[in-house]
Formats: sequence, structure tokens, C-alpha cells
Amino acid sequence: MTLLWIALLPLVGVLVPAFGARLERPLCSLVTAVLPTTALLLTLAQLPALLDGETLRFAVDWVPSLGLELAFRLDGLSVLFNLLILGIGLLILLYAHYYLAPEEPYGRFYAYLILFMSSMVGIAMADNLLLLWMFWELTSLSSFLLIGFWSHRSDARKGARMALAVTGAGGLALLAGLLLLGDMIGSFDMNQVLASGDVILADERYPLALGLVLLGAFAKSAQFPFHFWLPHAMAAPTPVSAYLHSATMVKAGILLMARLHPAIAGGELWTLVVTLVGMTTLLYGAWFALMKTDLKGILAFSTVSHLGLITALLGIGTPMAVLAALFHILNHATFKAALFMSAGIIDHETGTRDLSRLGGLRRAMPITALLTSILAAAMAGVPLLNGFISKEMFFTSAAGTDMLGGISWLLPVLATLGGILSVAYSLRLVHAVFFKPAREAPPKSPHEPPRLMRAPVELLAVLCILVGLLPSPLAGGLLDLATRAVLGEPMEFHLAIWHGVNLPLLMSLIALAAGVGTYLGHRHLQRFLKGFKPVDARLVFEGSVQCVGRYAEAWLGRFDNASLQRYMSLLLLTAVVLAGLGLFMMPNLAGDQPRGEIDGVLLTGAILLMFSGIATVATHRYRLISLLMLSMVGLLVSLTFARFSAPDLALTQLSVEVVTMILLMLALFFLPQKTPRESSMPRNLRDSALAMALGMVIASLNYAVLTRDNASIAGFFIDNSVPGGGGHNVVNVILVDFRGFDTLGEITVLAIAGLAILKLLNRLRLFMPHSDSEGRLWSPDRYPMILTTISQALLPLALLVSAFIFLRGHNLPGGGFIAGLITAVALILLYMARGVEWAQARLDFQYQPVAIAGVGLATLTGLGSWLFGHPFLTSSFGHFHLPVIGDFELATAMIFDLGVYLAVVGATLMILANLGKLTTPHRPSKESNIAPPSEETS
Amino acid sequence: MESLYAITTGVLSACGLYLTLRGRTFPVVVGLTLLSYAVNLFLFSMGGLTTDGAVVVNGDGDYADPLPQALVLTAIVIGFAMTAFAVILAMRARGDMGNDHVDGRKHEDREETRR
Repeated sequence: MTLLWIALLPLVGVLVPAFGARLERPLCSLVTAVLPTTALLLTLAQLPALLDGETLRFAVDWVPSLGLELAFRLDGLSVLFNLLILGIGLLILLYAHYYLAPEEPYGRFYAYLILFMSSMVGIAMADNLLLLWMFWELTSLSSFLLIGFWSHRSDARKGARMALAVTGAGGLALLAGLLLLGDMIGSFDMNQVLASGDVILADERYPLALGLVLLGAFAKSAQFPFHFWLPHAMAAPTPVSAYLHSATMVKAGILLMARLHPAIAGGELWTLVVTLVGMTTLLYGAWFALMKTDLKGILAFSTVSHLGLITALLGIGTPMAVLAALFHILNHATFKAALFMSAGIIDHETGTRDLSRLGGLRRAMPITALLTSILAAAMAGVPLLNGFISKEMFFTSAAGTDMLGGISWLLPVLATLGGILSVAYSLRLVHAVFFKPAREAPPKSPHEPPRLMRAPVELLAVLCILVGLLPSPLAGGLLDLATRAVLGEPMEFHLAIWHGVNLPLLMSLIALAAGVGTYLGHRHLQRFLKGFKPVDARLVFEGSVQCVGRYAEAWLGRFDNASLQRYMSLLLLTAVVLAGLGLFMMPNLAGDQPRGEIDGVLLTGAILLMFSGIATVATHRYRLISLLMLSMVGLLVSLTFARFSAPDLALTQLSVEVVTMILLMLALFFLPQKTPRESSMPRNLRDSALAMALGMVIASLNYAVLTRDNASIAGFFIDNSVPGGGGHNVVNVILVDFRGFDTLGEITVLAIAGLAILKLLNRLRLFMPHSDSEGRLWSPDRYPMILTTISQALLPLALLVSAFIFLRGHNLPGGGFIAGLITAVALILLYMARGVEWAQARLDFQYQPVAIAGVGLATLTGLGSWLFGHPFLTSSFGHFHLPVIGDFELATAMIFDLGVYLAVVGATLMILANLGKLTTPHRPSKESNIAPPSEETS
Repeated sequence: MESLYAITTGVLSACGLYLTLRGRTFPVVVGLTLLSYAVNLFLFSMGGLTTDGAVVVNGDGDYADPLPQALVLTAIVIGFAMTAFAVILAMRARGDMGNDHVDGRKHEDREETRR
């Protein structure tokens, strides 16, 4: 359980600064630090158990079907990284407190920082491959947010995007690799993975899996040739560079390689690839660190170089090399984070990071100068500092391997070369900033930073010296734990400063001497390099991104000309081709079911239906006539439903038809009355060919289905309707009971459509016609007498019918949908007959709440069944006896149906009544651009 | 009977589809409505064409398939909501763009991209 807390506390901690942003900055910084500190203390509290040789684990199922567990482990490797992440993270927090300008949103910055911290802790502790990958991606995302923190700067945005693209692509490769690994072993559990090294090595997919995992790790840890994102990530605020891009995130790839070491590091392939990539990165990074003139650029490339060193050590893979790798992780994090922080201090105090403008700061900032010199010396590997010991171990490992056969001597030579370069750039860093006289005055006059801003640097510098002097007592225990976790067995080792005069010592001495020499001569080197054209990774990257964008655009442009007509025709063409292919593959169109007879009524109906459909098209330029034809189609469809045993559908279609026609007529009032002749003849021909082709496909499909056996699950509904749902009208029982969840969805959609329409009508700019298309003025006879009289008499009758239809719905054709539509029609008739003014005065309520109450009521009915321990929307019913009325039946489905009724009434009136009110002072929003005109609509 | 039904559905769909390919909003809305009639007829017929078999259960009998009916019933109502939304969108587009073309662009913009 403690493990869960260690992993979760920082994650919860993300919320603290997010909510605490309104606090004063000191207080906000302080409360932000509380949870990470607790997690750090909890980690330390586990140390005794770990020293006893235990590996602590915690697991609960998360998504068992995927093999994803919420599983954490705490072994030596996790502890090593947890201490780095949380410890340095807290120092960075203190530093950032002083670094950020007062007006910057520190709450957001802290939140991102803690998010990163928690995801990194997650990687260190994950005990499940998938969980590990999840946290891995989270670090990419939080790093993106942090690099792009100064989002007003173009270089920050581009750097963030580049880092996300590279590490994100690496993350995808890693996922593929981890899935392959999981597939080989049949589990994503870390213990099983680590124990199955033999199985993995024997699998023929091993090279592929290894390649993918390494791709992910190299991209994250900025190994050659994916190193280019790291220098550009330096556009981030310096605390971020110090934390993510030197101490922790870039170590995630290395952590992964160390974590999976027992599982995948067995083969020759691993040794060769990882060592050579690491060596290349080491030299490449060191060379560019020597050439850069930006302070953070130097540190970034030196980070690349040191990451290469650690990778090479993991590649060599002997116990000694692994020990050296882990030790160097620790040492590098210590001195590099501190170096970044002092670079930030210099930047902060002088206003520049350019080496050519800096110089002579020794006098203005003596303490910073001393600290930076110590740290740079540790980076260079000067004896009596921590960097010396791990670099010595690196030389030993490089000299001791024979992986390259006859040319194995190359490795120690390259290692020494790397050492020489690292001495040279470290020396240059210190000398150019603090000792060399300045060529020009820096933008700000420099002085020492606030005491506490320097404190993290001081602490880390002291650690460098102490570990350098007393390696065994200070780091021995931790390294023992960590090597045990990586190698799977305890290993005998002794950390010491002095091993006697031997080859590694000689290599160190050569590196120191030649490094000083290189620095003295580096001016000539730079002049020599001027002859080469520099390649800016950002230009290459941005160029390729833009190139891809252009290609995509050009490709898209072939289809996309922002014309809806073209999209429609492409869509329909695809449908014709796909459905046509399906038809083509069928052996024969007609099935074996007996055919029905055609009688005179059917034939007449079908001909009328087709005629009115075609007439709708033929007259479509005269919109009103077209609309009348459309209404004929609707009525005939309704009759079709009635003819083929669907009374519910017939009723619904009939009432919807009325509402639709009123709606379309109202809308037509505000639209042009005629459609201009616009499309060319070929266009019309093409469209009609397409429409006819699809029509034929649909007809064929319909025929094919109709002539085949259509046995369905209908029997279940018919058999269970009365005993299970308590209703004789199966269609209604399906709607309110068997498939009530669907219906709930539908009325929700209906209510949402109503609300959306309400919003669309808001501030609508109207085109108000004063005459029809022939130039005749609209009739001044607003409310015809007969209609007024009849509608008023009809209203109670219609409402009664609606109530009747509603009540009988469960057993006879009817129900909430139909009753709702009838009520809506009755009320709309009132609006039409008497005008909005009159109706508004009598129907003084909003329709939105009605629709929402309907959906709410239906939902509550569903939830009600939970109270009785049944699943959502289980209905129940019973028979009751009242003295006068006699036996009757009540079902909870009735309440649900009432909800449907209310939703339908509310939504329909919300649409129609509001549309009708448009021309009156009651319109949904009175802030229109056109004053309400004098004429009424209906 | 089956062939007649299928042909009717096909003709109605073709009419609706032709209208949806027009360039002005109102015919498109009319076309969508017409198409939804055709689709409803099509879906409805998935349960077969039964005469005198309304699914009001009273003992045994030859009933029509209630499931497509229930689905089409809601489809009709949703179809209305969709038509309403589309037509009011058309009104809004006319108000904001000054024309009733389906591309939803102001006149001068459209001329530009055509060039």
C-alpha cells in the first residue's frame, strides 16, 4: 500500500498548485512541495526492508482483459531513480521559486513540473510493461508542456513540437516492442518478463522487439541519430532544462534499458548496437559541446555526450560496466542539474547566455564561480570529485571488453578521445565565463543571486565533493541495491579513488592533459570548422514537417474544394461502388420466399407515391409546390405503414408529417421562394445518373431482402410482451421497456436538437419578405375567423385524444411519441389561428424546461429500478382494482412513457413555437440586427 | 408485391438523393426529408411485409415483426428533429452569409476560390 502512495502522492500533488495558484507565491511553492516530500520520505522509509534483500511489490487489476495492472515495485533501481527524481525535483522547485519572473503563472508551471515528476516516478516504479508505457507517454506530454511553457516564443513552440514528435514516435515504437515482448511471454508482468530472458532471446521476433524497444529508448535519451531534439528543448525555462533534460527525463531511456537488462540484453546484437550507438553519441555530443557558444547549448550537448557514455556502458553489459553506468547516472544528475542551475543564474543575473558576450564574472559572482568550477571539474573527471570515479570505471570497462574482436583496442581509444573533449569543453565553460576578460559589458550588471536560489547548487556541489572523497560510504549501499536489481544477483565491488597505477589512470591523465591542450588550441579548430556549412537540426526538422504538410495539402486539394456538392457526390459514388460490388457477388438477386399478390389499391398507392416523389423533384425550383408534393409523399408513406400492419408507425408518421410541413413552410417564408437555375446540363445529368444508380442499388437490395427468409428475434418480444412487459402493444413495449435505453437516447437527442435550434435562432439575421415570389403582398387577413373559432373548439378535443392515445399506448396503438406529437400539433394550431401574442399570453411558460423534465423523468424512472436492486430501466407492473373504474393496470413503463411524451412536446414546441416567434417581440433573442418588422408570419 | 415495394423505395431514394446533390439549401432539406421517408420504408420492410398482422398480442396469430417498427418509430421522430435542425441551419446560413448556397460561404469568397 505504501508503494501506491509513493506513486500516487505526486500525482495528487498536481492539483495542489493548480488550485493554489491564487495563493502568494511563497505559500504556493511551500504547499506544492509537501506531497513530493512525503513521497520522498516514504521511499526512504522503505530502505531498511530493501537492504534486507526484499523487493516490494503492490498490484491490483486495472484492465485484466488487456493484461494491464496497477502494479508498482520498489527495488534498488526504483529507489535510485526515486531519490533522483524527488530529491532533485524538490531542489528544482526551490530554484524555480526564484527563477520565474513575478508575473509568470507559477501555479501552472508547478503543476506541469509535478505532473512530470509523478509520471517519472511511475516509470521508475511500474511493475507492468503497459503501465510503464503509459507513464512513459505522460513524461513526453508533460515535457512538451514544459518546453513550450513560454508559448509566446517561436523557438519554444518549435522545440516543444520537435521534442514531442521525436519522443512520441519513439513511444509508439516502444509500445510495439513491449507488446511483442508481452506476446512472447504471455504476460506484461515485470517479474515474469525479467525472468524470461531465455525465452525472449530464443524467440525469432527478438531482433524486431529489441529494435523497437531500443528505438523508443534512444529517442527518449537523445542518442544519435535522435539527439537533435535535446538542444532545441533548451528553449524551456532553465529549471526545466536542469530537471528534465539533464537529470531525469532523458534518463528514462537509460532507465528502461537498465530495467529490461535481464530480459533483453543477452545477445551479441544488444552489445554491438547499444555500445556503438552510445560511443557515437558520446563523441558527437562532446564535439559539438566544444563548438557551441550558447551556455545552455554547451550543457545540452555535453548531456547528450554523457548519456552516450552511460548507454555505451549498458551496452558493454559486464557487471562492472552496469555498476559504472548506475554510478554515472547518479553523478551526472548531480553535477549536470547543478550546472544548468548555475547557467540559469548567470543568464538571470547578466541577461545573456552567449559565451562571446560573457567573461570576467569571477569578480562579480565569486561564489557562483567557485561552485561552477567545482561542478565543471566533476564533469571533466578531475580526481577527488565524483565524476572522476565513474569515468575511471568507464575507462576500465572500455579497456576490458573484447567485443569488437581484433579491433577492440578502438573502444578505449574512443573513450579517451571522449574524455579529452569533455575536459576541453568543461574548461572552456569555466574559463570563458568567469576568467577570460569580457569583450563587452553584459546587458545587466551582474551580482550574486538570492541566497536560497544558490542553495540547490551549493548542496549538489557539496555532494559532488563528498561522493568524490568518500564514494563507498555514501553511494555504496544505494549502488549495491541498484546493481542487484539490474543484474538479478548481488555483486562484490569496491568503490575507491585510488586503484594504483594502471591503464585507466593513464587514460584519465591523457584525457586531462590533452583536454587542456585542446582547449588552448580550440580557436584554430573553430576556424577550421568555419569552412563547413553548419546543419541546423531545427531547419531540417521544420523543413521536413512543412514538406509533409505541403504534400498532404496538395493531395487533399484534389478532393477538397470546399464544395458540399462535390463531397456528396463522392460519398454517393463510393456507396454505389461498394454496395454494387456486394450485389455483384451475390449468386442471384431473388430469394426463395413466396411472393405476395399485387392488388389494385397497392398498385394505385405505389404509383401515387412514385409520382409524388418524382413531382417533388420536378418542381423543386418552385419551392412551395415542391413542398406540397413532399407532403403527399409523407401521407402516402403513412398509408403504407397502415397497410402493412404498423398502426403505430402510421399514426406517428401522420402527426410528424403535419409538424414537418408547418416547420418547412415557416422556414420557407424566410428563404428565397424559388431556386435559380444554376447547375449546367452535364452536371444535372451526372447527378441524376448517380441518384438513379444508387436508387437501383437500394431497390435491388430491398428486393433481395424481401424475398428471403427474414426470421428475426421478433418471437422473443411477442412471447414476452405480456408476461414480461405487461402490455399487449408489442411495439410500445419494445420502446418503453425492452429497448428503453435506446428510447432514452433518442429523446435526449431530440431535446438536444431542440436546444441547438434555440441557439441557432438566437441573434439570427432575418430576411423579411413583404411579398411572395410573384410580387403579391402577404394577405392582411391575419387570423381567419373560421380557423380561429374551430381551433379553439378543437383544442380540448385534441388534448383529450392525445390523453387517450397516451393511456392506451401500452395495449393498443398509441403511446408517448404519438400523444406528444398530437398535443404539439394542437398547441401549434392555436398559435397559427390566434397569433403568437394571444397564445403567448395563455401559454405562459418556456418549453425548454418541459423537454428537459421529460428526459429527466425518463432517466429517473430508469434509475428508480436501481433502488430495488434491478438493472437500469427494469420495468415492473401490477393490476389494481378501484371501486368504480374496475380493474386496471399500472406499469412503471407508463412513467417512462410520460417522460417521452413531455420530451416530444417540449422539443417540438421549442422548435416550432420559437421559429414562429421570430418576427414578434417574443423571439428568442431580442438583440437582432434587424428591428422586428411589422408583419406577422402566419 | 415485393418488387413493387422495392421499386417504390428505389424511386423515392433516387429522388431524395438527386435533391441532396442540389446547390441550394432548401432543396437539399427537402431531399433529406424525402430520403428519410425512403430509408424508413426500407428499414421497415426488413421485417417483411405482413398484411393484417398488427402486433397487438391477443392469443396466437400471425404477427408482423415489431422490432423494425419500434426502430422506425423513433427514426421518424429523430428524422423530424434532423430536418428541423437542417432547415434552421439553412436559415441561419442565409442570414450570416447573405445567400442560400450549400457551401456556406459568402458570395465573394466563393468567386475567389473558383478562380
